[in-house]
Amino acid sequence: MPVPIGNTLGIFSDNIVRRRSILPLSTKRITHWSNGFSLPHGGSTILYTGQMYQLIPFINSMSHQLGKFEDSWITRFFGIGRFFNKMLNLTKFMAFPSSKEKAAYDQPIRNIVECLHKAGSEFGYLYEHDYYSGALAYDEGLDDAFKRHAKFVYNVWKEHNVKTLITIDPHTTNIVRSIYPHYIEDFDIEVKNYMEILAENPPPVVQHLHETVTVHDPCLYARSESIVEQPRKLLRNIGIEVQETELSGALANCCGGPLESLFPKKSLLIAKKRVDQLLDCASTIITSCPICMANLKRVTPETHSVHDISEYLVKSYSPDFK
Amino acid sequence: MITTNTDSQKNEKIVTINCQFLNQMKLGSEFNATACINCGTCTAICPMEINLLPRQLFRYVLIGAEEKVLENVNNIYSCLLCRMCEENCPAGVHIAENVRSLRTYINREVYGLSRS
Ligand code: SF4
Ligand code: SF4
Repeated sequence: MPVPIGNTLGIFSDNIVRRRSILPLSTKRITHWSNGFSLPHGGSTILYTGQMYQLIPFINSMSHQLGKFEDSWITRFFGIGRFFNKMLNLTKFMAFPSSKEKAAYDQPIRNIVECLHKAGSEFGYLYEHDYYSGALAYDEGLDDAFKRHAKFVYNVWKEHNVKTLITIDPHTTNIVRSIYPHYIEDFDIEVKNYMEILAENPPPVVQHLHETVTVHDPCLYARSESIVEQPRKLLRNIGIEVQETELSGALANCCGGPLESLFPKKSLLIAKKRVDQLLDCASTIITSCPICMANLKRVTPETHSVHDISEYLVKSYSPDFK
Repeated sequence: MITTNTDSQKNEKIVTINCQFLNQMKLGSEFNATACINCGTCTAICPMEINLLPRQLFRYVLIGAEEKVLENVNNIYSCLLCRMCEENCPAGVHIAENVRSLRTYINREVYGLSRS
């Protein structure tokens, strides 16, 4: 039996409604990346993570478990799981990422903040109010839960007098910039992606990096948010040569990540197909989405590598940054 | 509910038309499939090789064949919403949004997920 769709989505929906995230994390975990930055609490411009990078190690770990259950008898008990999950956050017991993995997905957020500071951007952070955006609930068609959640998140921003959000991943950027306005009357918050800010006003290059890479465009950046040229411009500016696959930009194939929770095996097949296309061009793949990074990494041979673009940018703008 | 013979009397393929389903999908202003010219570009380009989407599946929606739609639940949830098909669709069909509308319908009406 495949992973049961109704009960799995039921668990996500219950979590969004009751715990404000598909996979609820502690405030300590969500904000851990910010240690050492002393970002102001709030402000008219804030960095909004939407918890996407922080969630990936947990989603990885959970889909690893789901992958084991897929086609097994255990799937019959997902209904009981959903019943108990309403009272107790069961998803907490399904995801145990290592400290190393959690740190690996905190690091891109730290890199991005450092790069923005080097570009002279000033912004605050909402810490315990840095809520999940509801992106997966929207994609899976959980519109009732999504609508309520989006309104809640928007009201939090309004209460804190937020005027501009700086977003750092494609799913959060797309959901708050292009989808929230359809669900929230009079939506009037400006949404800027960090690569747009850096490309408009690139920080001084301290170190040129002489490497050849290929770029994997996340679907939502490429086909919904027109963020294709910015990463290339930023990479060229720091001395990187980009070898393009035939299927790049608006024609880039998906990494398969969106299927991870319901069809883990199919998700791996799609990732493999994409990695093969990319590795024909260069042995280093650069992307700018935590979901793409996680899914492509799962099938990339050890001799090759996948990196978040922020790793390269920070190495050039702030070589000593850790 | 209307029951009709689709193909021919001979092969006895009966499709049940559910008017309530049809009305609900029509009410959701997001669902746009009437512009589809059945060219097959989306099928050829889809990385998931979901050959039912959207040509046949969306036709089922347009005639209110709920049963047929529900036979394809796995396809509906397998779509990556990657919009590769949309990027190349000559008729400007909002394919990914149509798939999402179907998920919303199934979540509400089949899985009972409108209230938690
Ligand atoms: S590409 Fe567009 S017009 Fe052609 S079959 Fe698909 S939806 Fe219809
Ligand atoms: S949006 Fe869905 S149907 Fe269209 S190409 Fe992507 S996976 Fe295929």
